[in-house]
Amino acid sequence: MSTATDRRLPDDRVPDDQVASGDTSTPPGGRSGRDALSEMSNPHRARAVKDVVARVVMWAAFFLAVVPLVWILGTVIGKGFHMLTTSTWWTGNQRNVNSDDFGGGARHAIEGTLQMVGITALIAVPIGILTAVYLVEYGRGHLARVISFTVDILSGVPSIVAALFIYAIWVTAFGFSRSGFAAALALVLLMIPVIVRSTEEMLKLVPNELREASYALGVPKWATVVKIVLRTAFSGIVTGVLLGIARVMGETAPLLILAPYTKNFQRDLFNGNFPTLPMMINQDRGDFALATAAERMWGAALTLILLVLLLNVIGRVIAHFGAVKK
Amino acid sequence: MAKRIDVSDLNVYYGGFKAVEGVSMTVEPRSVTAFIGPSGCGKSTFLRTLNRMHEVIPGGRVEGKVMLDDQDLYAASMDPVTVRRTVGMVFQRPNPFPTMSIYDNVAAGLRLNGVKNKKTLDGIVEQSLKGANLWTEVKDRLSKPGAGLSGGQQQRLCIARAIAVQPQVLLMDEPCSALDPISTLAIEDLINELKNDFTIVIVTHNMQQAARVSDRTAFFNLKATGEPGRLVEVDDTTRIFNNPTEQATEDYISGRFG
Repeated sequence: MSTATDRRLPDDRVPDDQVASGDTSTPPGGRSGRDALSEMSNPHRARAVKDVVARVVMWAAFFLAVVPLVWILGTVIGKGFHMLTTSTWWTGNQRNVNSDDFGGGARHAIEGTLQMVGITALIAVPIGILTAVYLVEYGRGHLARVISFTVDILSGVPSIVAALFIYAIWVTAFGFSRSGFAAALALVLLMIPVIVRSTEEMLKLVPNELREASYALGVPKWATVVKIVLRTAFSGIVTGVLLGIARVMGETAPLLILAPYTKNFQRDLFNGNFPTLPMMINQDRGDFALATAAERMWGAALTLILLVLLLNVIGRVIAHFGAVKK
Repeated sequence: MAKRIDVSDLNVYYGGFKAVEGVSMTVEPRSVTAFIGPSGCGKSTFLRTLNRMHEVIPGGRVEGKVMLDDQDLYAASMDPVTVRRTVGMVFQRPNPFPTMSIYDNVAAGLRLNGVKNKKTLDGIVEQSLKGANLWTEVKDRLSKPGAGLSGGQQQRLCIARAIAVQPQVLLMDEPCSALDPISTLAIEDLINELKNDFTIVIVTHNMQQAARVSDRTAFFNLKATGEPGRLVEVDDTTRIFNNPTEQATEDYISGRFG
């Protein structure tokens, strides 16, 4: 270890990493010789203590992570569930429902969200997967590095910036009106990097031996990629796509900027205002002081969570049937 | 079905590094040729040049000539995919496709090249599995995943998969090194049968294996690490093991080094 002398601490203690590499006879840094000795005489106890400490720390971390999750779910279910059981929630819309009226439906927003996310996925999934295939299977040299770097940048772009970018192009430059489709374009920008990165990881997990086995059978590269590599990575790719969908489903900034809310049914993605669940939540949040609006807000929030959950379950089922058989 | 391989003055490179230098040899049809030599001497690398698998590795390239009967494998007009259909390969570790059943694994090479006829496929799958001495063990569970077989069975499945595309030559890169002795014996028996139909080249670290299965043996060596590997000599197996021409071969065979 050449840096040993430079790194020696003022009071002649030895840095811990030297202890780990075992090239020193001095006692471990930070402890006096006697401590180390008594510890050595009872290594079993010391290890047991460390074990308990590690366990406690990990459980504590786990609870810290779970508490807010359970809290959120509890609150949303507690305050929103009864809305989901009203007669009109799954069938009606909010037309002619004023803030101080009770109930109304969320179907317009559910359909809107699904439609918007659907078109987003339709555009983003092929682009994302093909980019990942290029990066893992074909990309060498500069172009691949530039693309990989660009994807990194894209994944760091705040959603409101993506929305403004689309606004600048779609509305300002091209002169189209704000619409569901414009918002979907912004969501595409947010979804692509998630899909590229997750697909890339999955493709890298496919053992090279399988590619070689396929080449050795005289299978061309494109067929190897499509039939062997993508097939083997299928369930992982599906999971990545779901993560991407979950990421954009609750995204609100692009909707605020590009897809103004409507209380009506609206199936036209290209013209007019567009209803979505996040925007419905936002709408009713404006009249939060009214119990009727607050209830609707919680109901819409719970609906959105359920929608993401449902998509996840569907994805799991698809992934399960496409998974590598053992 | 079997063809002769003629290699002349072959140099193999990984990028700027010359891994194998100046190999000239002939591989006889319907026979087993074994490559032996210490680790890193380039025998696997050289083997992979015989079906142009070497160039799959970034920076991999060769100089020289490899003739399969009268076809130049490295001619500009030659498609590596065609070469690999003619010269099949079995790898060190069994690598059945994990998403596929036993049947689909054997049919993979044909299916991925566009053969769809169920009858044709059924026939070839059965014939290939029989050819690989695996048929009786798996005929009742062809739709089960190939990865569920034992290691030795998986390797025979890979051999079945390789012969299903009806190649002329079969390259085997240490096919038994991940297997137990019983499975190894099964593969060696199989090699003995396959040589009636195919030209077989096998890389092995096990000299007894080379002595058992091969008709001819090629000994590869390298002068020092960092130097390219070279073909020291190639001759009938009995001669290589009993009365080699080169001192280096004698030393290696008798266990004086390596």
